[in-house]
Amino acid sequence: MVKPIGVLALQGDFREHIATFSSIGVEAVKVRSIEEIDATSGLVIPGGESSVIHRLASVYGLFDPIRERIAAGFPTFGTCAGLIMLASEILDKTDDQQPFGGLDVSVRRNAFGNQLDSFETDLTFTGVDGTVHAAFIRAPIVERIGKDVEITAKLDDGRVVGVRQGNAMGISFHPEVTGENRIHALFAKIAEAPN
Amino acid sequence: MTETKPNQPVIASTLVKRGLAEMLKGGVIMDVVTPEQARIAEDAGAVAVMALERVPADIRAQGGVSRMSDPDMIDGIIAEVKIPVMAKARIGHFVEAQILEALKVDFIDESEVLSPADYINHIDKWNFDVPFVCGATNLGEALRRITEGAAMIRSKGEAGTGDVSEATKHIRTILGEIRALAAKTDDELFVAAKELQAPFELVREVAKAGRLPVPLFVAGGVATPADAAMMMQLGADGVFVGSGIFKSGNPIERAKAIVKAATFYDKPEILAEVSRGLGEAMVGINVADLPAPHRLAERGW
Repeated sequence: MVKPIGVLALQGDFREHIATFSSIGVEAVKVRSIEEIDATSGLVIPGGESSVIHRLASVYGLFDPIRERIAAGFPTFGTCAGLIMLASEILDKTDDQQPFGGLDVSVRRNAFGNQLDSFETDLTFTGVDGTVHAAFIRAPIVERIGKDVEITAKLDDGRVVGVRQGNAMGISFHPEVTGENRIHALFAKIAEAPN
Repeated sequence: MTETKPNQPVIASTLVKRGLAEMLKGGVIMDVVTPEQARIAEDAGAVAVMALERVPADIRAQGGVSRMSDPDMIDGIIAEVKIPVMAKARIGHFVEAQILEALKVDFIDESEVLSPADYINHIDKWNFDVPFVCGATNLGEALRRITEGAAMIRSKGEAGTGDVSEATKHIRTILGEIRALAAKTDDELFVAAKELQAPFELVREVAKAGRLPVPLFVAGGVATPADAAMMMQLGADGVFVGSGIFKSGNPIERAKAIVKAATFYDKPEILAEVSRGLGEAMVGINVADLPAPHRLAERGW
Protein backbone atom coordinates (compact mmCIF):
# COMPACT_ATOMS: atom_id res chain seq x y z
CA MET A 1 0.00 0.00 0.00
CA VAL A 2 1.26 3.48 -0.89
CA LYS A 3 1.56 5.73 2.13
CA PRO A 4 0.11 9.24 1.82
CA ILE A 5 2.15 12.41 2.25
CA GLY A 6 1.60 14.15 5.58
CA VAL A 7 1.04 17.90 5.88
CA LEU A 8 1.85 19.30 9.32
CA ALA A 9 -1.45 20.85 10.40
CA LEU A 10 -0.49 22.89 13.47
CA GLN A 11 -1.13 26.29 11.84
CA GLY A 12 -1.02 27.71 8.31
CA ASP A 13 -2.23 26.87 4.82
CA PHE A 14 -2.16 23.08 5.17
CA ARG A 15 -5.51 22.73 3.34
CA GLU A 16 -4.01 24.29 0.17
CA HIS A 17 -1.09 21.84 0.24
CA ILE A 18 -3.45 18.87 0.51
CA ALA A 19 -5.50 20.24 -2.42
CA THR A 20 -2.32 20.76 -4.50
CA PHE A 21 -1.26 17.13 -4.03
CA SER A 22 -4.81 16.04 -4.79
CA SER A 23 -4.63 17.94 -8.13
CA ILE A 24 -1.82 15.58 -9.24
CA GLY A 25 -3.47 12.45 -7.90
CA VAL A 26 -1.28 12.17 -4.80
CA GLU A 27 -3.00 11.46 -1.49
CA ALA A 28 -2.05 13.84 1.32
CA VAL A 29 -3.38 13.98 4.88
CA LYS A 30 -3.28 16.35 7.86
CA VAL A 31 -0.84 15.23 10.57
CA ARG A 32 -0.66 16.53 14.14
CA SER A 33 1.00 13.65 16.02
CA ILE A 34 4.12 11.57 15.59
CA GLU A 35 1.99 8.43 15.09
CA GLU A 36 0.25 10.15 12.19
CA ILE A 37 3.60 11.29 10.74
CA ASP A 38 5.01 7.77 10.93
CA ALA A 39 2.13 6.53 8.78
CA THR A 40 3.21 8.83 5.91
CA SER A 41 5.93 8.76 3.25
CA GLY A 42 7.03 12.38 3.65
CA LEU A 43 6.26 15.53 5.62
CA VAL A 44 5.26 18.96 4.33
CA ILE A 45 5.72 21.95 6.61
CA PRO A 46 3.32 24.56 5.25
CA GLY A 47 3.27 28.33 5.11
CA GLY A 48 2.13 30.06 8.26
CA GLU A 49 3.97 31.78 11.09
CA SER A 50 7.17 29.89 11.86
CA SER A 51 7.26 30.94 15.52
CA VAL A 52 3.74 29.56 16.01
CA ILE A 53 4.58 26.27 14.26
CA HIS A 54 7.68 25.96 16.46
CA ARG A 55 5.76 26.66 19.64
CA LEU A 56 2.95 24.22 18.90
CA ALA A 57 5.41 21.51 17.84
CA SER A 58 7.34 22.01 21.10
CA VAL A 59 4.44 21.94 23.52
CA TYR A 60 3.05 18.74 22.05
CA GLY A 61 6.33 16.84 22.04
CA LEU A 62 6.58 16.83 18.25
CA PHE A 63 9.71 18.93 17.98
CA ASP A 64 12.40 16.36 18.83
CA PRO A 65 10.74 13.42 17.02
CA ILE A 66 10.35 15.50 13.84
CA ARG A 67 13.92 16.76 14.08
CA GLU A 68 15.22 13.19 14.50
CA ARG A 69 13.25 11.88 11.53
CA ILE A 70 14.42 14.69 9.26
CA ALA A 71 18.03 14.13 10.39
CA ALA A 72 17.62 10.43 9.52
CA GLY A 73 16.57 11.36 5.97
CA PHE A 74 12.76 11.36 6.18
CA PRO A 75 11.56 13.25 3.05
CA THR A 76 10.53 16.79 4.00
CA PHE A 77 9.30 19.82 2.04
CA GLY A 78 8.94 23.29 3.57
CA THR A 79 7.32 26.37 2.02
CA CYS A 80 7.97 29.86 3.49
CA ALA A 81 7.55 29.25 7.25
CA GLY A 82 8.36 25.61 6.44
CA LEU A 83 11.69 26.64 4.84
CA ILE A 84 12.51 28.60 8.01
CA MET A 85 11.79 25.50 10.10
CA LEU A 86 14.09 23.35 7.91
CA ALA A 87 17.07 25.73 8.14
CA SER A 88 20.06 24.94 10.32
CA GLU A 89 20.05 28.58 11.47
CA ILE A 90 17.28 31.22 11.61
CA LEU A 91 18.27 34.89 11.34
CA ASP A 92 15.94 37.51 12.85
CA LYS A 93 14.02 34.94 14.85
CA THR A 94 12.03 35.25 18.06
CA ASP A 95 14.07 34.53 21.20
CA ASP A 96 13.22 30.90 21.81
CA GLN A 97 12.57 29.81 18.23
CA GLN A 98 14.46 26.71 17.03
CA PRO A 99 14.40 25.08 13.59
CA PHE A 100 14.01 21.36 12.89
CA GLY A 101 17.05 21.50 10.59
CA GLY A 102 17.54 19.31 7.53
CA LEU A 103 19.00 21.96 5.24
CA ASP A 104 22.48 23.34 5.94
CA VAL A 105 21.44 26.94 5.31
CA SER A 106 20.85 30.19 7.18
CA VAL A 107 17.44 31.67 6.48
CA ARG A 108 16.30 35.22 7.30
CA ARG A 109 12.68 35.57 8.42
CA ASN A 110 10.60 38.39 6.78
CA ALA A 111 13.63 39.18 4.61
CA PHE A 112 11.75 41.48 2.22
CA GLY A 113 10.03 43.55 4.93
CA ASN A 114 6.38 43.68 5.93
CA GLN A 115 3.21 42.79 4.01
CA LEU A 116 3.49 45.87 1.75
CA ASP A 117 6.66 44.29 0.33
CA SER A 118 4.96 40.96 -0.46
CA PHE A 119 4.85 40.23 -4.22
CA GLU A 120 4.30 37.71 -6.96
CA THR A 121 6.70 36.99 -9.83
CA ASP A 122 7.83 34.34 -12.29
CA LEU A 123 11.02 32.33 -11.82
CA THR A 124 12.73 29.20 -13.08
CA PHE A 125 12.98 26.10 -10.90
CA THR A 126 15.40 23.19 -11.27
CA GLY A 127 13.50 20.19 -12.61
CA VAL A 128 10.46 22.17 -13.78
CA ASP A 129 10.05 23.22 -17.44
CA GLY A 130 9.28 26.85 -18.27
CA THR A 131 8.53 29.29 -15.48
CA VAL A 132 6.92 28.94 -12.09
CA HIS A 133 4.52 31.63 -10.86
CA ALA A 134 5.54 32.32 -7.26
CA ALA A 135 3.87 34.28 -4.44
CA PHE A 136 6.25 35.69 -1.81
CA ILE A 137 4.30 36.64 1.32
CA ARG A 138 6.36 38.15 4.14
CA ALA A 139 8.84 35.69 2.74
CA PRO A 140 12.23 34.46 3.99
CA ILE A 141 15.49 34.36 2.02
CA VAL A 142 18.35 31.87 2.12
CA GLU A 143 21.44 33.89 3.04
CA ARG A 144 24.09 31.20 3.66
CA ILE A 145 24.37 27.94 1.79
CA GLY A 146 26.25 24.86 3.01
CA LYS A 147 28.49 22.97 0.59
CA ASP A 148 26.14 20.01 0.16
CA VAL A 149 23.11 22.16 -0.62
CA GLU A 150 21.79 22.50 -4.17
CA ILE A 151 20.17 25.79 -5.22
CA THR A 152 16.86 25.14 -7.03
CA ALA A 153 15.52 28.68 -7.46
CA LYS A 154 16.77 32.26 -7.46
CA LEU A 155 15.22 35.67 -7.99
CA ASP A 156 16.48 37.80 -10.89
CA ASP A 157 18.75 39.66 -8.47
CA GLY A 158 20.41 36.39 -7.46
CA ARG A 159 18.85 35.96 -4.04
CA VAL A 160 18.27 32.29 -3.25
CA VAL A 161 14.65 31.23 -2.75
CA GLY A 162 14.83 27.45 -3.30
CA VAL A 163 17.21 24.79 -1.95
CA ARG A 164 17.49 21.04 -1.73
CA GLN A 165 19.74 18.76 0.32
CA GLY A 166 19.19 15.02 0.12
CA ASN A 167 15.52 14.34 0.79
CA ALA A 168 14.81 17.84 2.12
CA MET A 169 13.42 20.63 -0.08
CA GLY A 170 12.76 24.20 1.01
CA ILE A 171 11.34 27.19 -0.87
CA SER A 172 10.57 30.80 0.13
CA PHE A 173 7.33 31.03 -1.82
CA HIS A 174 3.89 29.41 -2.01
CA PRO A 175 3.15 27.25 -5.06
CA GLU A 176 0.12 25.99 -3.12
CA VAL A 177 -1.64 29.36 -3.44
CA THR A 178 -0.87 30.00 -7.13
CA GLY A 179 -2.20 26.73 -8.54
CA GLU A 180 1.36 25.54 -9.30
CA ASN A 181 1.61 21.79 -8.64
CA ARG A 182 4.85 20.78 -10.38
CA ILE A 183 7.08 21.41 -7.34
CA HIS A 184 4.74 19.27 -5.25
CA ALA A 185 5.11 16.58 -7.94
CA LEU A 186 8.91 16.75 -7.52
CA PHE A 187 8.50 16.22 -3.79
CA ALA A 188 6.03 13.37 -4.31
CA LYS A 189 8.79 11.62 -6.32
CA ILE A 190 11.28 12.08 -3.48
CA ALA A 191 8.75 10.73 -0.98
CA GLU A 192 8.05 7.73 -3.21
CA ALA A 193 11.72 6.85 -3.66
CA PRO A 194 13.91 8.59 -1.07
CA ASN A 195 17.68 8.56 -1.40
CA MET B 1 -5.80 45.15 -18.90
CA THR B 2 -2.28 46.46 -18.80
CA GLU B 3 0.49 44.24 -20.07
CA THR B 4 2.93 43.17 -17.38
CA LYS B 5 6.32 41.78 -18.24
CA PRO B 6 6.63 38.22 -16.96
CA ASN B 7 9.47 39.01 -14.63
CA GLN B 8 8.15 42.28 -13.25
CA PRO B 9 7.33 41.57 -9.60
CA VAL B 10 3.77 42.59 -8.73
CA ILE B 11 2.98 43.90 -5.26
CA ALA B 12 -0.38 44.34 -3.53
CA SER B 13 -2.23 41.96 -5.85
CA THR B 14 -5.39 40.23 -4.69
CA LEU B 15 -3.37 37.00 -4.54
CA VAL B 16 -0.74 38.54 -2.27
CA LYS B 17 -3.34 40.17 -0.02
CA ARG B 18 -5.50 37.07 0.34
CA GLY B 19 -2.31 35.01 0.59
CA LEU B 20 -1.33 36.58 3.91
CA ALA B 21 -4.82 35.86 5.23
CA GLU B 22 -4.38 32.22 4.13
CA MET B 23 -1.13 31.96 6.10
CA LEU B 24 -2.89 33.06 9.31
CA LYS B 25 -5.37 30.17 9.19
CA GLY B 26 -5.55 27.86 12.16
CA GLY B 27 -4.20 30.71 14.26
CA VAL B 28 -5.27 33.11 16.98
CA ILE B 29 -5.10 36.88 16.50
CA MET B 30 -4.91 38.73 19.81
CA ASP B 31 -5.87 42.30 20.77
CA VAL B 32 -2.97 44.10 22.46
CA VAL B 33 -2.68 47.65 23.78
CA THR B 34 1.04 47.82 24.66
CA PRO B 35 4.33 46.41 23.31
CA GLU B 36 4.55 44.30 26.51
CA GLN B 37 1.22 42.66 25.73
CA ALA B 38 2.34 42.15 22.12
CA ARG B 39 5.41 40.30 23.40
CA ILE B 40 3.26 38.10 25.64
CA ALA B 41 0.94 37.37 22.71
CA GLU B 42 3.81 36.45 20.37
CA ASP B 43 5.46 34.27 23.02
CA ALA B 44 2.15 32.51 23.63
CA GLY B 45 1.88 31.65 19.92
CA ALA B 46 -0.42 34.36 18.51
CA VAL B 47 -0.30 34.29 14.72
CA ALA B 48 -0.77 38.09 14.59
CA VAL B 49 -1.59 40.92 16.97
CA MET B 50 -4.22 43.63 16.70
CA ALA B 51 -2.78 46.90 17.98
CA LEU B 52 -5.40 49.12 19.58
CA GLU B 53 -5.68 51.71 22.32
CA ARG B 54 -8.43 50.09 24.37
CA VAL B 55 -9.76 46.56 24.20
CA PRO B 56 -13.49 46.36 23.39
CA ALA B 57 -14.47 45.68 27.02
CA ASP B 58 -12.93 49.05 27.99
CA ILE B 59 -14.42 50.83 24.98
CA ARG B 60 -17.76 49.53 26.20
CA ALA B 61 -17.14 50.56 29.81
CA GLN B 62 -15.74 54.01 29.05
CA GLY B 63 -18.03 54.97 26.18
CA GLY B 64 -17.40 57.97 23.95
CA VAL B 65 -16.08 58.04 20.40
CA SER B 66 -13.53 55.36 19.69
CA ARG B 67 -10.91 56.01 16.98
CA MET B 68 -7.74 54.75 15.33
CA SER B 69 -4.83 54.30 17.76
CA ASP B 70 -1.93 56.70 18.25
CA PRO B 71 0.81 56.03 15.63
CA ASP B 72 3.45 55.95 18.41
CA MET B 73 1.64 53.05 20.05
CA ILE B 74 1.37 51.18 16.74
CA ASP B 75 5.07 51.81 15.94
CA GLY B 76 6.01 50.47 19.37
CA ILE B 77 4.12 47.25 18.76
CA ILE B 78 5.51 46.81 15.22
CA ALA B 79 9.03 47.20 16.66
CA GLU B 80 8.37 44.60 19.36
CA VAL B 81 7.22 41.55 17.36
CA LYS B 82 8.06 39.53 14.23
CA ILE B 83 4.50 38.33 13.59
CA PRO B 84 2.12 40.45 11.48
CA VAL B 85 0.63 43.54 13.14
CA MET B 86 -2.95 44.58 12.41
CA ALA B 87 -4.61 47.83 13.40
CA LYS B 88 -8.17 49.14 13.33
CA ALA B 89 -9.67 51.98 11.30
CA ARG B 90 -13.22 53.27 11.76
CA ILE B 91 -15.81 52.05 9.25
CA GLY B 92 -15.64 54.37 6.22
CA HIS B 93 -12.64 56.33 7.54
CA PHE B 94 -10.34 56.02 4.54
CA VAL B 95 -7.88 58.58 5.91
CA GLU B 96 -7.31 56.57 9.08
CA ALA B 97 -6.66 53.66 6.72
CA GLN B 98 -4.19 55.76 4.70
CA ILE B 99 -2.35 56.61 7.92
CA LEU B 100 -2.23 52.96 9.01
CA GLU B 101 -0.87 52.00 5.58
CA ALA B 102 1.79 54.71 5.90
CA LEU B 103 2.74 53.18 9.27
CA LYS B 104 3.27 49.88 7.37
CA VAL B 105 0.88 47.76 9.37
CA ASP B 106 0.43 44.31 7.77
CA PHE B 107 -3.38 44.30 7.84
CA ILE B 108 -6.13 46.87 8.51
CA ASP B 109 -9.33 45.94 10.33
CA GLU B 110 -12.20 48.19 9.22
CA SER B 111 -13.95 47.63 12.48
CA GLU B 112 -17.37 48.12 14.04
CA VAL B 113 -15.61 48.09 17.42
CA LEU B 114 -14.60 51.71 16.72
CA SER B 115 -17.21 54.41 16.16
CA PRO B 116 -18.23 54.47 12.47
CA ALA B 117 -17.03 57.52 10.50
CA ASP B 118 -19.51 57.01 7.65
CA TYR B 119 -22.97 55.52 8.13
CA ILE B 120 -23.45 54.93 4.38
CA ASN B 121 -20.16 53.89 2.79
CA HIS B 122 -17.40 51.51 3.77
CA ILE B 123 -13.79 52.13 2.68
CA ASP B 124 -12.96 51.36 -0.96
CA LYS B 125 -10.32 48.82 -0.04
CA TRP B 126 -9.13 48.30 -3.62
CA ASN B 127 -7.41 51.70 -3.34
CA PHE B 128 -4.92 50.29 -0.83
CA ASP B 129 -1.84 48.09 -1.07
CA VAL B 130 -2.34 46.76 2.47
CA PRO B 131 -4.95 43.98 2.90
CA PHE B 132 -8.14 44.54 4.93
CA VAL B 133 -10.25 42.38 7.21
CA CYS B 134 -13.90 43.35 7.78
CA GLY B 135 -16.65 42.09 10.05
CA ALA B 136 -19.89 40.48 8.89
CA THR B 137 -22.98 39.05 10.55
CA ASN B 138 -24.35 37.28 7.46
CA LEU B 139 -23.32 36.16 3.99
CA GLY B 140 -24.62 39.23 2.14
CA GLU B 141 -22.59 41.52 4.39
CA ALA B 142 -19.49 39.32 3.91
CA LEU B 143 -19.88 39.39 0.11
CA ARG B 144 -20.34 43.17 0.05
CA ARG B 145 -17.12 43.60 2.03
CA ILE B 146 -15.27 41.23 -0.33
CA THR B 147 -16.64 43.23 -3.27
CA GLU B 148 -15.16 46.36 -1.67
CA GLY B 149 -11.78 44.58 -1.49
CA ALA B 150 -11.62 42.79 1.88
CA ALA B 151 -9.00 39.98 1.88
CA MET B 152 -10.38 38.35 5.02
CA ILE B 153 -13.76 38.24 6.75
CA ARG B 154 -14.35 37.84 10.46
CA SER B 155 -17.78 37.16 11.81
CA LYS B 156 -18.57 40.00 14.21
CA GLY B 157 -19.95 38.37 17.31
CA GLU B 158 -20.39 40.95 20.07
CA ALA B 159 -17.01 42.38 21.01
CA GLY B 160 -16.08 43.09 24.61
CA THR B 161 -18.72 40.85 26.16
CA GLY B 162 -17.04 37.48 26.71
CA ASP B 163 -20.42 36.07 25.59
CA VAL B 164 -19.84 33.72 22.66
CA SER B 165 -23.50 33.41 21.65
CA GLU B 166 -23.41 36.14 18.99
CA ALA B 167 -20.20 34.72 17.50
CA THR B 168 -21.94 31.37 17.28
CA LYS B 169 -24.96 32.95 15.63
CA HIS B 170 -22.90 34.81 13.03
CA ILE B 171 -20.59 31.97 11.98
CA ARG B 172 -23.56 29.59 11.80
CA THR B 173 -25.50 32.13 9.73
CA ILE B 174 -22.67 32.76 7.24
CA LEU B 175 -21.77 29.09 6.77
CA GLY B 176 -25.44 28.03 6.71
CA GLU B 177 -26.18 30.58 4.00
CA ILE B 178 -23.19 29.28 2.00
CA ARG B 179 -24.51 25.72 2.29
CA ALA B 180 -27.94 26.85 1.13
CA LEU B 181 -26.36 28.72 -1.79
CA ALA B 182 -24.33 25.68 -2.83
CA ALA B 183 -27.56 23.66 -3.06
CA LYS B 184 -29.19 26.10 -5.50
CA THR B 185 -29.52 25.51 -9.23
CA ASP B 186 -27.80 27.94 -11.61
CA ASP B 187 -31.03 29.74 -12.46
CA GLU B 188 -31.82 30.27 -8.76
CA LEU B 189 -28.52 32.07 -8.19
CA PHE B 190 -29.73 35.24 -9.95
CA VAL B 191 -32.42 35.73 -7.33
CA ALA B 192 -29.99 34.70 -4.59
CA ALA B 193 -27.65 37.50 -5.70
CA LYS B 194 -30.52 39.97 -5.56
CA GLU B 195 -31.49 38.82 -2.08
CA LEU B 196 -27.92 38.84 -0.81
CA GLN B 197 -27.40 42.31 -2.33
CA ALA B 198 -24.10 41.10 -3.74
CA PRO B 199 -22.68 40.80 -7.27
CA PHE B 200 -23.87 37.77 -9.22
CA GLU B 201 -20.36 36.65 -10.25
CA LEU B 202 -19.20 36.52 -6.63
CA VAL B 203 -22.38 34.74 -5.53
CA ARG B 204 -21.86 32.13 -8.25
CA GLU B 205 -18.19 31.69 -7.27
CA VAL B 206 -19.17 31.05 -3.63
CA ALA B 207 -21.97 28.67 -4.66
CA LYS B 208 -19.59 26.63 -6.84
CA ALA B 209 -16.74 26.53 -4.30
CA GLY B 210 -18.97 26.06 -1.25
CA ARG B 211 -16.83 28.60 0.61
CA LEU B 212 -15.85 32.24 0.60
CA PRO B 213 -12.91 33.20 -1.66
CA VAL B 214 -11.12 34.59 1.44
CA PRO B 215 -10.50 33.10 4.90
CA LEU B 216 -13.33 33.38 7.44
CA PHE B 217 -12.29 33.97 11.04
CA VAL B 218 -14.50 34.41 14.09
CA ALA B 219 -14.44 37.35 16.51
CA GLY B 220 -16.46 38.90 19.28
CA GLY B 221 -16.95 37.09 22.59
CA VAL B 222 -14.38 34.28 22.51
CA ALA B 223 -13.06 33.99 26.08
CA THR B 224 -12.05 30.36 26.70
CA PRO B 225 -10.20 27.53 24.91
CA ALA B 226 -13.56 25.76 24.59
CA ASP B 227 -15.06 28.83 22.88
CA ALA B 228 -12.17 28.91 20.38
CA ALA B 229 -12.43 25.17 19.68
CA MET B 230 -16.19 25.41 19.22
CA MET B 231 -15.74 28.14 16.60
CA MET B 232 -13.17 25.98 14.78
CA GLN B 233 -15.47 22.95 14.89
CA LEU B 234 -18.27 25.10 13.45
CA GLY B 235 -15.97 25.82 10.49
CA ALA B 236 -13.97 28.96 11.29
CA ASP B 237 -10.51 29.29 9.71
CA GLY B 238 -9.15 30.97 12.85
CA VAL B 239 -10.07 33.12 15.83
CA PHE B 240 -9.71 36.72 16.99
CA VAL B 241 -9.58 37.14 20.77
CA GLY B 242 -10.04 40.67 22.01
CA SER B 243 -10.75 41.40 25.63
CA GLY B 244 -10.83 37.68 26.48
CA ILE B 245 -7.08 37.40 27.13
CA PHE B 246 -5.85 40.56 28.78
CA LYS B 247 -9.07 41.04 30.78
CA SER B 248 -8.66 37.59 32.34
CA GLY B 249 -6.92 36.54 35.55
CA ASN B 250 -3.90 34.87 33.90
CA PRO B 251 -3.35 36.27 30.40
CA ILE B 252 -0.17 34.29 29.61
CA GLU B 253 -1.61 30.88 30.39
CA ARG B 254 -4.97 31.71 28.82
CA ALA B 255 -3.30 32.96 25.63
CA LYS B 256 -1.25 29.77 25.33
CA ALA B 257 -4.30 27.62 26.02
CA ILE B 258 -6.44 29.33 23.38
CA VAL B 259 -3.63 28.91 20.80
CA LYS B 260 -3.47 25.18 21.51
CA ALA B 261 -7.27 24.91 21.42
CA ALA B 262 -7.36 26.46 17.92
CA THR B 263 -4.99 23.74 16.64
CA PHE B 264 -6.36 20.73 18.56
CA TYR B 265 -9.97 21.92 18.32
CA ASP B 266 -11.31 18.43 17.65
CA LYS B 267 -9.36 16.63 20.43
CA PRO B 268 -11.44 16.84 23.65
CA GLU B 269 -8.72 15.24 25.77
CA ILE B 270 -6.26 17.99 24.79
CA LEU B 271 -8.95 20.66 25.26
CA ALA B 272 -9.61 19.31 28.77
CA GLU B 273 -5.91 19.51 29.57
CA VAL B 274 -5.47 23.10 28.31
CA SER B 275 -8.65 24.29 30.06
CA ARG B 276 -7.22 23.47 33.52
CA GLY B 277 -6.01 26.07 35.99
CA LEU B 278 -6.46 29.18 33.85
CA GLY B 279 -7.85 31.30 36.68
CA GLU B 280 -10.68 33.74 36.17
CA ALA B 281 -12.05 34.25 32.67
CA MET B 282 -13.06 37.82 31.83
CA VAL B 283 -16.15 38.73 33.79
CA GLY B 284 -18.32 39.27 30.76
CA ILE B 285 -21.68 40.73 29.93
CA ASN B 286 -24.60 38.71 28.63
CA VAL B 287 -25.48 40.05 25.19
CA ALA B 288 -29.18 39.75 26.07
CA ASP B 289 -28.62 42.33 28.83
CA LEU B 290 -27.13 44.88 26.42
CA PRO B 291 -29.48 47.59 25.26
CA ALA B 292 -29.69 47.62 21.46
CA PRO B 293 -27.76 50.92 20.96
CA HIS B 294 -24.75 49.33 22.68
CA ARG B 295 -24.56 46.35 20.32
CA LEU B 296 -21.52 46.85 18.12
CA ALA B 297 -22.46 44.13 15.61
CA GLU B 298 -25.25 46.34 14.30
CA ARG B 299 -22.66 48.83 13.00
CA GLY B 300 -21.86 48.16 9.34
CA TRP B 301 -24.30 46.96 6.71
